[in-house]
Amino acid sequence: MPNPRSARPNRRGVLAGAAAVSAILAAPAVVRAQASALKIAVLLPRSGYLAPSGQSCHRGALIAPQVLAHYGYRVELVHIDTESSVDVARTQAERAINEGAKCIVGAFDSAGTLAMAQVCEQRQVPLVVNIAGAPQLTEQGLKYLVRNFPTGGQLVVNGLKLIKDVLAATKLAPKSAVFIHANDTFGTAQRAAMDRLFPAAGMPFQLVDSIAYDPTAQDLSVEVTKIRARSPELVLVVTRAADAIKLVRDMVRQRFEPQAVISPGSPGLYDEEFYQALGPLADYHVYNLPWADPKAPMSQALEAAFKAAHPNFRFAVDCFNVGFTVEALLVAAAAFKRAGTADGAPLMQAIRATDIADHVMIGPAIRFDDKGQNPGIPSACVQSRNRTPTVVLPAEAATMTPVLPQPSWQGRS
Amino acid sequence: MSGIILNVVVQGVLTGLVYGLMALGLSVIFGIVRVVNFAHGEFAVIAMYAAFVLFRNFGLDPVAAMLPVAAVFFGVGYLLQSALINPFVGRAEHEQFILLVGLGMVIVNGLLMIFGPDARPVNLSYGLDSYEIGPLLIDKARLLAAAAAVVVAAILFGFFRLTALGTAIRACADNLIGAAVVGLDVKRLYALSFGIGLACVGAAGALMVTIADARPALAQAFTLQAFVIVIVGGLGSMSGALVGGVLIGVSEALAGFFFEPSMKSMFSFALLVVVLVLRPQGLMGRRA
Repeated sequence: MPNPRSARPNRRGVLAGAAAVSAILAAPAVVRAQASALKIAVLLPRSGYLAPSGQSCHRGALIAPQVLAHYGYRVELVHIDTESSVDVARTQAERAINEGAKCIVGAFDSAGTLAMAQVCEQRQVPLVVNIAGAPQLTEQGLKYLVRNFPTGGQLVVNGLKLIKDVLAATKLAPKSAVFIHANDTFGTAQRAAMDRLFPAAGMPFQLVDSIAYDPTAQDLSVEVTKIRARSPELVLVVTRAADAIKLVRDMVRQRFEPQAVISPGSPGLYDEEFYQALGPLADYHVYNLPWADPKAPMSQALEAAFKAAHPNFRFAVDCFNVGFTVEALLVAAAAFKRAGTADGAPLMQAIRATDIADHVMIGPAIRFDDKGQNPGIPSACVQSRNRTPTVVLPAEAATMTPVLPQPSWQGRS
Repeated sequence: MSGIILNVVVQGVLTGLVYGLMALGLSVIFGIVRVVNFAHGEFAVIAMYAAFVLFRNFGLDPVAAMLPVAAVFFGVGYLLQSALINPFVGRAEHEQFILLVGLGMVIVNGLLMIFGPDARPVNLSYGLDSYEIGPLLIDKARLLAAAAAVVVAAILFGFFRLTALGTAIRACADNLIGAAVVGLDVKRLYALSFGIGLACVGAAGALMVTIADARPALAQAFTLQAFVIVIVGGLGSMSGALVGGVLIGVSEALAGFFFEPSMKSMFSFALLVVVLVLRPQGLMGRRA
């Protein structure tokens, strides 16, 4: 039978109650201490037709925590495969947020990124785009998106200028070119940019045709025949690795010898898969893209970490995908540190106020305009030499001089 | 320009012959066993990888590798029919569909786990060579693959027309009850037919690797393409599969050249719709 006297508080009860109250008051601090790392879901196409590029980005994501920790940033990454599918990207972004991700980084491919952007906007979770060029990403007024990558239009503007520069540097005077591009979100955005910008770019050659191809087609023999029918001296390409391989192979089979194969800004011509498949036929292609700054301290730290973690891969080949992926994670991590919270609105505000001078890619500090776009990312002219991407322009960043016209396919060793 | 167009047509014919051989396997299986192999493309991709492995590890040319690959696929098909598919013959079509679609998914994901998503090329010493005949530039690899496809198809036709076993298999297809009444071992013949069908796929896959790099992502595209070809040619008609393959190959090539290459598939599906509307049994199929 309970003792009526026990209803009055005693010293033991007061001490126990005080301890309980202290624990409750301390709980937010405990929770804050446990959330000192920002949980980021990294969505990339690690399988499907975009897998080579997605896996390259993934190699960067794997070493990012270690590199960022060196700079005082802590991140907890969740790695998710979008399978090169828009629907999977959308559903996986939703799932990641449901499972506690406070920020999303991705997704390499414009179509998948657009799908994820809608989810992030609805759920008010920041999305930091690592690589995706479709202009509509930053033209829709999305509040929870920033992109640290040039738009397709910016790539084309920079790319066309560098094409003029490399033609001048090599004293090449082609009369005509054909533009061939993948018929996906990125490729059609590049096509639209070319259609809009080429007439006013003052290029020294005519663009006689633009050809769209299915990036999942098994071979591109018909496309190359169509190019051949126009007899261009230049072929301008927007490709991925798999289709770049098919394109070059069919050019060789059909004995079509352009003076140069140049990408105004797309992947494919510098992927390891491309080099492995084509050997010496992979050399001398030119691609105008943002590139890693070999002199930047963070780039050097990244390269050292990459070599240790991925000894079977080459940083020189992966630095584009790795660099932009790490920069996207850097943007998120730095904003989290400044904001002191992972809540959507204040974190996004901090992301938009980003100003990071020490980063990986060539160019000024990472900053975003009102639309969430980083407008200041320049391109470099890169040429494959000895199966290694090599900066050839601008001169101050170049390690070799450009060589054009490219040597004949026959007899390359 | 006429030279260029001729090149396009020849490319379409050569590629179509290899596609036709792949579709021939589907036609054999359906024509005799009455099972639609929804994992058809997946088996073709396994064959591509088999040829890739034989080339990488033993230096065996895919055209030569076609023989051992087809032999192994025959055995696999025989066992698959006996052990897994036979219980589903005569059952509702959706059950067959789900079984084989599921099998296809297991295959694709297994390939992804073993080989990864990267394209696996077979870099033949003659892979980039071409023959020049007047205005024609013909890929050597594609020509060899097409010639091999024709030889395999001819052997298959000869088997079904000229051998007792082939005649017995056709009897099962034409009149199952009659075949059983005269004492034919229907289950064994079904298993043989499935084995022959898969052997065709194996041969086609090995040849296909000279034209396209092996990738798991090709599987669904091949399955869809095989279906388009056999429906256009006539489901159950072996000659229809080859004719359908060539027709689809040429129509895609010409459409890609004259219109937009990215719309190639649109034209083959448009052809499919036209055939279904005007001649539902296919160009060379028999009306039910």
